[in-house]
Amino acid sequence: MFSSAGFAKTWQYIELFKQGLITTLSLSALTVIFGFILALIIALIRLSRIRPFDWLATAYVEVFRATPMLVQLFIVYYVIFGNISVPSFKLFGFIRFERFLPGVVALSMNSGAYLSEIIRAGIQSIDMGQTEAARSLGMSKSMTMKEIILPQAIKNILPAIANEFVTIIKESSICYTIGVQEIMYAVNATKGATYRIAEPLIIATVVYFCLTFPTSKIIAYFERRMSRGDKR
Amino acid sequence: METRDELIKVTDLKKHYKEGVLKALDGVSTTINKGDVLVIIGPSGSGKSTFLRSLNLLEVPTSGSVVFHGIDITKKTYTDAEGKTVKLNIDEHRRRMGMVFQHFNLFPHMTILDNMTLAPIKVRKMPRAEAELKAFALLKRVGLADRADAYPIQLSGGQKQRVAIVRALMMEPEVMLFDEPTSALDPEMVGEVLQVMTELAKTGMTMVIVTHEMGFAREVGKRIIFMDGGKMIEEGTPDQIFNHPQSPRLQDFLKKVL
Repeated sequence: MFSSAGFAKTWQYIELFKQGLITTLSLSALTVIFGFILALIIALIRLSRIRPFDWLATAYVEVFRATPMLVQLFIVYYVIFGNISVPSFKLFGFIRFERFLPGVVALSMNSGAYLSEIIRAGIQSIDMGQTEAARSLGMSKSMTMKEIILPQAIKNILPAIANEFVTIIKESSICYTIGVQEIMYAVNATKGATYRIAEPLIIATVVYFCLTFPTSKIIAYFERRMSRGDKR
Repeated sequence: METRDELIKVTDLKKHYKEGVLKALDGVSTTINKGDVLVIIGPSGSGKSTFLRSLNLLEVPTSGSVVFHGIDITKKTYTDAEGKTVKLNIDEHRRRMGMVFQHFNLFPHMTILDNMTLAPIKVRKMPRAEAELKAFALLKRVGLADRADAYPIQLSGGQKQRVAIVRALMMEPEVMLFDEPTSALDPEMVGEVLQVMTELAKTGMTMVIVTHEMGFAREVGKRIIFMDGGKMIEEGTPDQIFNHPQSPRLQDFLKKVL
């Protein structure tokens, strides 16, 4: 199954894995940022109860949660970006932008739907008295949201957000199907060149674990920091 | 008579739920003058909290008006001195009315000091140093200067409510609204909060208080309103209300609570 010769062969292509790691990191980081912004907007629209926007936001969330990620990715890549011309250049000298961008868009749209539900639940879990106290002090709606509600809501939902971030890193592997050179793409390329599959997969597993495990640990650290107000 | 002292004028205020089946407020009218200490008493569900919360529009009335400084704050616009129609910004009016809640509603993610300075800094654009100086002075007044860096969860109920009162005072309001400020407190902590309120009343602060503390109402209140079923049943001085109640409902209520 495994052999040191196999690892030696695979190791010749380690550069592909390095590139894959950088691509996966960029893909996930951008998805986390855009997905979170999108999620916040969707959550606030849903909570605003302004018709028909709240209805549209709800429909968006339901559609993205009820369909496979792969279908969404293909629709974004082949259908939407198939009709838009994207400048083709290489990020860092190897990431093909015209494939990378649709990947970021599809992942962000998908995680935005999931995260928005988490954020919405977090906002709704905050006692109405908090809003009333802030508004009675003359603070505006948006100021209340930013200073009072969101800090408490985000603290409460941090474990769920961490989970979603870890999911994004793992889900980003699906982008190899549209030719984004992330880690799974490196596995496939190495497989084709060396006829070895077990060793590249082992390397991919280790790399993914090294990405996701510290991510959850870092968020756990922030969780402890933000819960200072909970200690007696 | 003395209309220049008039601060809030409430006219025929109604709050209906379920298309009028439930009437939380059913036509309440009164005038609150500067320096007034108005205490509202009545059984649970009589509409006294709804009335108080309508004064700063935390509760939006179904009909009627709340005129604060000559402006009906229940409307979306008002006409200014030059006859122009101006959009009403409720935040500007709310910052002139302090409010203290039954459940304190301190911001749990901030220290006591930040709880107090947040709104003055963000809303009134007060410099941080000035806001903190003011906060310490107020905390000292209620005997909590040493707790400035504590978080709300580290305080007792009575301490929290004293902080909530001075947090509202930070905005230098013209009137303070108290919504059952001692109802969520352990009995031994009621006194310390009432004492702060009594001292506040002595400074001439205009106060509207919803409470179940009849002794406090009698002692500190300048005017008492008895509400029941969303209506103002009786209004008068503490002596009139407590010693010479007119309506059977008030007589019945006092028999139960005193």
